[in-house]
Amino acid sequence: MKTYPTRLSFGQMIIAIMLLMLGSLPATALDRSAPSTADHTQFKQLQGPFTSGPEVTEACLSCHTEAAQQVQKTTHWTWEFEHPETGQMLGKSNVINSFCGAASSNEPFCTSCHTGYGWDDMRKPPPSDGNAVDCLICHDTTGGYKKSPTGAGHPIYEFTDPIDKSITRKTDLANIAQNIGASSSQNCGSCHFYGGGGDGVKHGDLDSSLLTAPHSLDVHMSKDGANFGCADCHTTSAHSVTGSRYSTNARDTLGIDVPGHTDQTRASCESCHGPAPHSKPKLNEHVDQVACQTCHIPEFARGGVATKTWWDWSTAGQLDKDGKPQTIRDEKGNLSYLSTKGSFRYEENVVPEYRWFDGQTRYTLREDKIDETKTPIDLNQIKGSHDNPDSRIWPFKIMEGKQPYDTVHKHLLVNHVYSATDDTALWTNFDWVKSLKAGTDYAGQEYSGEFDFIETRMHWPIAHMVAPASAALDCASCHARDGRLAALTDFYMPGRDRNIWLDYAGWGIALLTLLGTLAHAAGRIIASRRRKNV
Amino acid sequence: MKRTMIYKRFERFWHWCQAGLIFFLMFTGFEIHGSYSVLGFGKVAQLHEYAAYALMGLWVLAIFWHLTTGEWKQYIPTTDKLGAVAYYYLIGTFTGAEHPYRATSQAKHNPLQRLAYLGFKLVISPAIWISGLLYLFYNNWEAWGLTGFLSLEYVALAHTAAAFAMLIFVIAHVYMATMGKTVFSMIKPMITGYEDEHDETPAKKK
Repeated sequence: MKTYPTRLSFGQMIIAIMLLMLGSLPATALDRSAPSTADHTQFKQLQGPFTSGPEVTEACLSCHTEAAQQVQKTTHWTWEFEHPETGQMLGKSNVINSFCGAASSNEPFCTSCHTGYGWDDMRKPPPSDGNAVDCLICHDTTGGYKKSPTGAGHPIYEFTDPIDKSITRKTDLANIAQNIGASSSQNCGSCHFYGGGGDGVKHGDLDSSLLTAPHSLDVHMSKDGANFGCADCHTTSAHSVTGSRYSTNARDTLGIDVPGHTDQTRASCESCHGPAPHSKPKLNEHVDQVACQTCHIPEFARGGVATKTWWDWSTAGQLDKDGKPQTIRDEKGNLSYLSTKGSFRYEENVVPEYRWFDGQTRYTLREDKIDETKTPIDLNQIKGSHDNPDSRIWPFKIMEGKQPYDTVHKHLLVNHVYSATDDTALWTNFDWVKSLKAGTDYAGQEYSGEFDFIETRMHWPIAHMVAPASAALDCASCHARDGRLAALTDFYMPGRDRNIWLDYAGWGIALLTLLGTLAHAAGRIIASRRRKNV
Repeated sequence: MKRTMIYKRFERFWHWCQAGLIFFLMFTGFEIHGSYSVLGFGKVAQLHEYAAYALMGLWVLAIFWHLTTGEWKQYIPTTDKLGAVAYYYLIGTFTGAEHPYRATSQAKHNPLQRLAYLGFKLVISPAIWISGLLYLFYNNWEAWGLTGFLSLEYVALAHTAAAFAMLIFVIAHVYMATMGKTVFSMIKPMITGYEDEHDETPAKKK
């Protein structure tokens, strides 16, 4: 008996081919989102149980032998930055900013954002042991790892239910360790979104709204846009993250970052977009003098989170009639007064101010003399000018307020605001005399005992919350008599500038000519009528 | 009726295109200058640039035409009847005197016109072109080695001054055009090309 192979119709063949293709898809499609070659849940070292952060770090270091040393060389660890041009020693452990003032003497609080454990005295470098590095704050993917605000970098090991204090929940360090991954925006944001004491307070262009950003807020970080995390631009090598506010690349002339050819950083717009990104040549002719951010970030704090623009420490310490510290909010629900911190102003959708910026900032440090007659005191000065070829016009958040200074020695003072134990901290005792004595004693700062408050100002460069191109500034935003660049007067700008005398002369002579012709014409008409009447 | 051809077809085309472009350039230019805001800075800056290129192209054609036809001789200044024409505009036009100059196709401009148009061609327009092109190519100054000699402010102010000169010229020119034998007798040939013989009659009447 003859057997025939099964005959397939054309349609059946197509379906068969499609089914075959479908079946083979999982084998050929690469999962690019999880490129790791290691499944950390399988590591013996990570099975736990762990009782502390340093124990987890030790487990990490048993394989990642160089990681701790790498981290300990970075600004994230040292909180020190020697400026290559000014020679100033900057960094969080040295500068005074216009938010919390100085970190020194307030360590267990301020160092809750240190990428390590147990740095409780800023007069000394952070602990040098490898296991003092906090791997998890940057690599946790579960969201379950939270630094304690007063733990000098340690996480909250045990959460207490806010309603029923008998209910507690331990942080599952083993689970967190087994689920580590590349740093996401959540990791970076857990500190950088909350600088200055709350969501969006410090930067104005960095707040929690970026995690769920619509396209209109941030074309890069939005899920509907490029869906970037922070590290996609702030590229990292050996744990050193690119991009600096102290020494900024204000004009990237390298252009598109080609591996092996350039500086291996994408922390500038040009790194991806190149030096001539517009289709209109006239716009490209602006990029040598105008930073991309200036037109493409028309406002900051646009995500519904307000940013602090004024912080007056001089009013701190006023208690209510029962002697209790007060919390007062404005009509939008933002803080306007705290007995611990003083008076605030918050703003949303803030129009930046603009400055020429060549990347260099010079700080007014603790030891620097201030001139009381020139207020506000610039806590950081932005270097740059039209004639400086490295400078471009950049947008800035201007943060202002009042801060304590020594009226005899003329310098800003270290303020001791937080302590869990002593009776000198401002936040527990509301006494400036004690606070400043304790802060300056601790920091070894010269202090006469005489103090007052002086207006200060700080410049924060704006580089995030890039809006869609359709929302970028139009030409007339600046090219106008009273446009956004009205304050930058060291160059001639069409549409804004003119010589008023030339204008008077030009319009004047034109008007006289017109009047002359009208008079002449009137003369002709009258003369012609007279002749007819004669 | 005898008709004399005064302005040839190209000449009329050139004149009215130039007039239109100059009005458009003044309108957009003074918005760029910040004198008013109608279309928006970005748009007018672009339109101003396009119109400037169009006018420059027109000038290339016109210069070629003037040289090849010998029409450039029309602008050679002369003092012949200059005093008489000036006297007519100051006095004669009120007393009903006859215009002392009779345009022909060989000498279509009176001596005052010759001077004014020569000034327009040799002073105002070149000042506009040179300052305008430098203004437009500001970003190339460095490549062209001009950075040390020029400042944008002076170039912009020179361009503005030349624009005011142009505005003043246009006001005077438009009015002077009405001062033929009749109000339209000088404008008509610029439209039709011909000056009609009978145009003389009304002026002769007294």
